[in-house]
Amino acid sequence: MRTHTTRRLLGTLAVVSALALTASACGSDTTDGAAGGPKDVEAALKKGGKVTVWAWEPTLKKVVEDFEKKYPKVDVELVNAGTGDKQYTALQNAMAAGSGAPDVAQVEYYALGQFAIGKSVEDLSSYGARKHGAGFTPGPWNAVTDDKAVYALPMDSGPMAFFYNKKVFDKHHIKVPTTWDEYVEAARTLHKADPKIFITNDTGDAGATTSLIWQAGGRPYKTDGTDVTVNFGDEGTKKYTATWQKLLAEKLVAPITSWSDAWYKGLADGSIATLSIGAWMPANLSSGVGSASGDWRVAPLPQWTKGDKASAENGGSSLAVPKAAKNKELAYAFTEFATTGAGASTRVAEGAFPATRADLESKAFLDTPFPYFGGQKANQVFAESANNVGTDWSYLPYQVYANSVFNDTVGKAYVSPTTLTDGLKAWQDASVKYGSDQGFTVNK
Amino acid sequence: MGWGFIGPFVAVFGLVFLAPIGYALYLSVFRDRLIGGTSFVGLDNYGEALADSRFWEGLARVGLFLLVQVPIMLGIALLVALAIDSGRLYGKSFFRVAVFLPYAVPAVVASLIWGFIYGTRFGLVGNINETFGVTLPDPLSPSLVLAAIGNIVTWEFVGYNMLIFYSALKVVPRSLYEAAAIDGAGEWRIVASVKLPAIRSALVIATIFSIIGSFQLFNEPSILQKLAPNAITSDFTPNLYTYSLSFSGQQHNYAATVAIVMGVITAIIAYAVQLRGMRKG
Repeated sequence: MRTHTTRRLLGTLAVVSALALTASACGSDTTDGAAGGPKDVEAALKKGGKVTVWAWEPTLKKVVEDFEKKYPKVDVELVNAGTGDKQYTALQNAMAAGSGAPDVAQVEYYALGQFAIGKSVEDLSSYGARKHGAGFTPGPWNAVTDDKAVYALPMDSGPMAFFYNKKVFDKHHIKVPTTWDEYVEAARTLHKADPKIFITNDTGDAGATTSLIWQAGGRPYKTDGTDVTVNFGDEGTKKYTATWQKLLAEKLVAPITSWSDAWYKGLADGSIATLSIGAWMPANLSSGVGSASGDWRVAPLPQWTKGDKASAENGGSSLAVPKAAKNKELAYAFTEFATTGAGASTRVAEGAFPATRADLESKAFLDTPFPYFGGQKANQVFAESANNVGTDWSYLPYQVYANSVFNDTVGKAYVSPTTLTDGLKAWQDASVKYGSDQGFTVNK
Repeated sequence: MGWGFIGPFVAVFGLVFLAPIGYALYLSVFRDRLIGGTSFVGLDNYGEALADSRFWEGLARVGLFLLVQVPIMLGIALLVALAIDSGRLYGKSFFRVAVFLPYAVPAVVASLIWGFIYGTRFGLVGNINETFGVTLPDPLSPSLVLAAIGNIVTWEFVGYNMLIFYSALKVVPRSLYEAAAIDGAGEWRIVASVKLPAIRSALVIATIFSIIGSFQLFNEPSILQKLAPNAITSDFTPNLYTYSLSFSGQQHNYAATVAIVMGVITAIIAYAVQLRGMRKG
């Protein structure tokens, strides 16, 4: 008779005790000693040990092998603790609980601010991270540093490109859209020709939405210290909502969530015909959608104004060392190995998109043919996009939270008569409220 | 002297029962902010929780769930228990086990199974749509998702409640039925005048457990959220809201407050039902 409630009570108890754990550990995260210098890193590598890495980026697997070969005494454990927000939730909880945190964590640029302001990632400058500054492209480097500290090292970058299934396009005689209006037209034509085909999938994705607003020239967030502005009423945002509202109203986007099984299936069988996504996608396509090899091609993003060349970043990650890491010297050694020099080149060869100048500008990189894209030299498209990324974009210092309530607010536009504009307004209100609650000065 | 005997119990009771509650109360009078750190705020969190529309909407949702799902579930459970107890059912031990079996399936697995069934693309609903050329309403759309969850919970817990009722019926002396039959009572009359009054306390207990269960709805919406991110919001039920406050918003203090307020409301309602249910006559 008791089990019915016990089962639920246990759940509650687990939450309560988790709360207890988190709070009791709050006071003890200042215990880290003086950060080691480059010499300590050398010594740690000789001594060996274990490094736990939380990341979902597929090319790191090869880097881990190479690193272990070079430093046989070091054992690297690569753990996929979830993609994006799921990993950050796990990471924040492990950090707050004071145990179970990894030594190295993949953190996307948009999320790094939250970890930096919470002082939960190690400042890498004392390990010698600043000397790599000139080696990275400016966008990603700016995203991981401020004048006080280096919070992470850039692992890749995500200048956006338009990935399309050429087989589907050819079959239905669709031209690659150069503007978003043409994109909407293509969506209509495709879906009419075969109701199973959608131009893309979308169930409300904060990262994709903010990136497209970025490309359209919108700058909804401004952050200056603890002064934050959130405004989804600017011109760029309006361009985005006008176009995207058409797609939603006419049900031209597949209601499939990205990274789900159904998504991979749709990408493989051609029912999801295009993706507007970061240049890190090729590695995911070849590992997750191998059967569609040869079907896909890459083109520049459709434009909001005909003839423009605007682009934006989408995703892109860094490797950070949590303050709660057990072996920070080794953690830094791995981070440095994976993001600079040979490690970075290895990852680029595996299909990652570099944040390092040397790789991005090398002829070998630009001329690499992608068998997955039918031999297309896709990096030339990506490199051009990287040069056209709109400047002055910034995320909220609590973007992880904001993204977690995106589907509560903007998500309504996907399943009810609520418009995207109203949804974004509700998202703005939620972000303003949370920011004010957390002590930021928002929209004042 | 007596402390030696109750000491072990008191220690465990204090550690696993009172301490977490005390700690939640302690947490609820502080506020930890990204800018400014932790400060004592007295009862501010409680004031905020009582005026929090996200909390009340979630509570209203589980309230509606309680009013619709619990009577259906207990009604079915009672019917099945009476049918098995009537002795007229062929293969009654098979039915008893079969109806109880879903309860043995963990709630997470049950939600996943039903999630697949509900899918309009690759699930059973999708297959039916394709095979018969119809368009069934999407069970995971915002207007139907609460009913879809109610269906899962009913499937899970009918067998469990049936077993409570059935075991209560088992201890009713058979001679009462014979006496009633001699007095001229038909089967339905025996059910209404003998069986139901005899298992009244079991009915009340099952109702109270179901009320608590409804208010603590978490597993099913949490699992289905991945399939219906826009229909099941992060504040869909009070428990889910507490969870998101604490784990995505890092608002542990406020989450503790909401959990306490919810606990008090649940206790009041469960107690009221118990008083009403146990009243004589």
